[in-house]
Amino acid sequence: MNFAIVTDNLGRVYKIRGGKKTEPRELVALQDVQLQVKQGELFGLLGPNGAGKTTLIKILTTLLAPTMGQATVAGYDVVRQAEKVRPRINMVSGGESSGYGLLTVRENLWMFAQFYGIPSAVANWRIRELLKIVGMSDRINTKSSDLSTGLRQKMNIVRGFLTDPEVLFLDEPTLGLDVGASRDVRLFIREWVNQDPRRTLLLTTHYMVEADELCDRVAIINQGRVLACDTPESLKNRLQKEVLFRMQVSPLDSTQADTFESLPGVRKVTHRAFDGYAVLELILEQDDALGSVVNLMTTQNIHILNLQKREPTLEDVFVDLVGRSMEEVEKSGYSEGNQ
Amino acid sequence: MNQSRTSTDLQTVLRQEVEKSAGWRLFIQTVIARAYPRIIGQQREKSWMFFDIFLPIMAVSAYVFVYRAIQAPEDYVGFVIMGGAMTAFWMNVLWSMSSQLYWEKETGNLALYIMAPNSMMAILLGMALGGIVATTLRAGVIVVLGSLLFRVSYAVVSFPQLLAVFILAMVALYGMGMMFASVYLLLSREAWHISNLAQEPVYLLSGFYFPIKNFNFWVALGASVIPLTLGLDAMRQLAFKTGASLGFLSVNMELGILLGLSILFLLAARFLLRYMEKLAIREGRLTESRR
Ligand SMILES: Nc1ncnc2c1ncn2[C@@H]1O[C@H](COP(=O)(O)OP(=O)(O)OP(=O)(O)O)[C@@H](O)[C@H]1O
Ligand SMILES: [Mg+2]
Repeated sequence: MNFAIVTDNLGRVYKIRGGKKTEPRELVALQDVQLQVKQGELFGLLGPNGAGKTTLIKILTTLLAPTMGQATVAGYDVVRQAEKVRPRINMVSGGESSGYGLLTVRENLWMFAQFYGIPSAVANWRIRELLKIVGMSDRINTKSSDLSTGLRQKMNIVRGFLTDPEVLFLDEPTLGLDVGASRDVRLFIREWVNQDPRRTLLLTTHYMVEADELCDRVAIINQGRVLACDTPESLKNRLQKEVLFRMQVSPLDSTQADTFESLPGVRKVTHRAFDGYAVLELILEQDDALGSVVNLMTTQNIHILNLQKREPTLEDVFVDLVGRSMEEVEKSGYSEGNQ
Repeated sequence: MNQSRTSTDLQTVLRQEVEKSAGWRLFIQTVIARAYPRIIGQQREKSWMFFDIFLPIMAVSAYVFVYRAIQAPEDYVGFVIMGGAMTAFWMNVLWSMSSQLYWEKETGNLALYIMAPNSMMAILLGMALGGIVATTLRAGVIVVLGSLLFRVSYAVVSFPQLLAVFILAMVALYGMGMMFASVYLLLSREAWHISNLAQEPVYLLSGFYFPIKNFNFWVALGASVIPLTLGLDAMRQLAFKTGASLGFLSVNMELGILLGLSILFLLAARFLLRYMEKLAIREGRLTESRR
């Protein structure tokens, strides 16, 4: 078996310089990462803001040195053999503003192709082909500063595919795109990997659906650690024994929601407040635990507006692993950062 | 099926082409590609005619009127025009070479440059080459317009020598820019302030608007570290009748020093660039600064 990416005990600690009032400190962004991505795989890294996804991509693309462990990409060590890794990879980040606004789409793409030694004629031919596929043929001579966000991102993605890398890294490729553009991008990504078994693609995302529908395998990452790594199916199958309910109820506070969690047979309860109602996601060990939840609600005067049994999603897998939903993790992350 | 076959063949062909072009071909391709946005792209924003031609001509005119008013030697008018044209190169080095890698970091280009298999030295050379070409266009217009406007008479001693001085001064000046660019790699916002601070004193010290012979010898020698100073002095000596009498050192001596500076700056740039790149990768400072 050929592995396109192997990491061994990989970790990164950032030193944060102190300011006038703050002490210098260390931040562990990545820890004990043990991954093996097979050649030909479309691999997803799923995690909330600050989980360490970009840090991992930077290490794998030779832009950042790990402080622990090691990693190989396309068979070469990312630190000691960076010059062997670089011709074989490419990377695109969501929302990046690379290139020069005064150059046209074709000129920008041509420029980046030159840095990989691709002959001009081949580069221009490839640019035309790829722009046709993403439906941007009519924009080939548009100045890149005149492109909309969606078209810009498509241009960036074309830049990644242009050098036909062995391993392509996409950091949040659909960030900020509307539904249609996201779908186009996903279809194109899938198509590209399917076309040639030697191609490998690693993408990061914090959209559950994207990881679920697009990726062959997914690693769930939180606070710098990989918590689980498997096919979306197998990840969800872990919850096959459990029963999942979504309940729309009259407003309640989160301490109330926590009391449900202590009931026998209830694994996890997450709570989202909306205007005039709340949504509870319940993970139960068996169906009949629902009865005690409903009973407790009646005594607390909480009204059930809607109840729905559903299939597990990656969101539930995340909640099961971390204890909170990705949304909650991101919210608490922000408040910590503000202190 | 058919589609996947052609794409596989293409991949093989591409890979071969890339392997073949490793080394000097890739180096040259990179230099040209990075020079391109400056040579072609930069001309598209028409406001350059105002900022890079009209404003410098205004500054030059002010000096010309002062010199005429105090009845300075007539060649001073030519000196000022030449100085005004060379100012364009100094501005270009300051704002589009030294601080450039900082801007490239903000837009995300820097990471892409480093991640690609090219050499960073080729990127810097491309920036320099593009800057020289684009600025020569501007400086040329300033010289022609200024000379026509104020009826400057030239007495060129030797065209080849004049060209040699100009080229060497450019190599040394942009070599210095490349050196500073590597240092700026690790700076963030400070970069802008440093460039701002360096702008005005150099106008004075390099004698853009008067011959540096007017300085005390040691001040003039110190100012000669900035390659424009000697380049400008030598070019004036070669282009005007009274030039030689107002020169600081002999033209040959100035040529020699410029050559020395060129080599020194380019070697320093190469060394610093490698060092700074390693450091930036180790410290995680290749991408935009985080709050
Ligand atoms: N250059 C840096 N210096 C210091 N800390 C950093 C640096 N880059 C990232 N961090 C910190 O490391 C942690 C991981 O960041 P990273 O960007 O890898 O997360 P992420 O999963 O990509 O998040 P997001 O979804 O927001 O992009 C965060 O706490 C972040 O603040
Ligand atoms: Mg990120």
